[in-house]
Amino acid sequence: MTYSVKLDLYEGPLDLLLCLIRKNEIDIYDIPIAEIAEQYLDHLALMQMLNLDVAGDFFVMAATLILIKSRMLLPTSPESEETLDQDGGEDPRADLVRQLLEYEAYRKAAQELRDRELAYEDVFWKEQLATSSLLGEEELLEVSLFDLMEAFQSVLRRLGARQPHEIFPEEITVIEKITFILDQLEHSGRISFSSLFSGSASKLEIIATLLALLELIKLRTVRALQSREFGEIYISKAA
Amino acid sequence: MTCRRAMVCRVIKPIIEAILLVAEAPVSVADLVKIFDGDVSPEELSTVLSELIAEYRDRSFQLIEIAEGYRFATRPEHADWIKRFLKLERRATLSRPALETLSIIAYKQPTTKAEIEAIRGVDSSAVLKTLLDRRLIKIIGRKKVVGRPMLYASTQKFLEYFGLRQISDLPSLKQILEETGGQVDDATLSLFRDQEHPDS
Repeated sequence: MTYSVKLDLYEGPLDLLLCLIRKNEIDIYDIPIAEIAEQYLDHLALMQMLNLDVAGDFFVMAATLILIKSRMLLPTSPESEETLDQDGGEDPRADLVRQLLEYEAYRKAAQELRDRELAYEDVFWKEQLATSSLLGEEELLEVSLFDLMEAFQSVLRRLGARQPHEIFPEEITVIEKITFILDQLEHSGRISFSSLFSGSASKLEIIATLLALLELIKLRTVRALQSREFGEIYISKAA
Repeated sequence: MTCRRAMVCRVIKPIIEAILLVAEAPVSVADLVKIFDGDVSPEELSTVLSELIAEYRDRSFQLIEIAEGYRFATRPEHADWIKRFLKLERRATLSRPALETLSIIAYKQPTTKAEIEAIRGVDSSAVLKTLLDRRLIKIIGRKKVVGRPMLYASTQKFLEYFGLRQISDLPSLKQILEETGGQVDDATLSLFRDQEHPDS
């Protein structure tokens, strides 16, 4: 039996690279790629040996380093070197340097946030009570058909868990369900997607409800909104 | 700066003080303008609020400017007692990946998961979810590109959490780079030109 350990040793490949660069006191604008690539691969090997969960991103960077190293080995003709130098960006390492610098800037910004976090850790104030009406101040987002289907799937799953009892023919029409949805909205203004199906007994009824909802959305009579990804979807009347 | 209409300011100051006492969220100058039906100018309100801040400087708690508003807050030296009273454990601070992601969102907002991951070089889905759960970031729409990815931005809670009045209180990335890096060339600075003055 093997145990896998997940250590936050390095956040990611850029983190590891920056560590190596700092440890070797290297000028970030003139990275000795061969040397750094070697050390980087050594670290990867070590991480694997320690059975650390090495994410694929680390290997992508390893490949990038090797690619840059091989480009550095290619001879450049004197005249092309000159023109390239004028462009300033043709050093194979340029992209990587830019990426490292950008990452480092945000990391320093993150440290700035950490300092502020600690400074305000000991300051207290009256917190907003959690009683404000549901979704009261949240900003709502239009949901896509995909989101609706996702939610529909979970309704079906819930239904699937129920034991079937008696079977008898039902006549449920989409028109009926449209009226039902509109009545509900008239009554409470906003209803959750899942509550639309709470009283539904059969798959047929659920499908009729979904078709009714889709029809209403198409007609722009109602809108489907959600406050965050994978959050509950709410149906309200279109303004 | 003193209040131009001294009389008005004398009247509204205790009212504002009382409002601040009951408020559960930072009270903004705009909120107060509305309360007084526009009879008091934003400048007058700001003056009164600054006076109040000064008056509370010697008190056991403070009036602070935070998250685009003003609110009463305790002083750090009383933290232990307040935690005892509120039965609070040590607050879990944010992880480094969370802070990194937050800083990218703060400076580049609105931004997408793909843009965040391009900078961090690692998958950031879990971190984004944590930040959404803690309401430090919010989704403000979808980018009009293929796949219509979600656009993330910082929240009011973000400002409160880090004790910021507004997003532009954060030092510019250029400043941060120069402070610590020392050697920064023009090409690098141009990377951050768009983000010199982050706006909310």
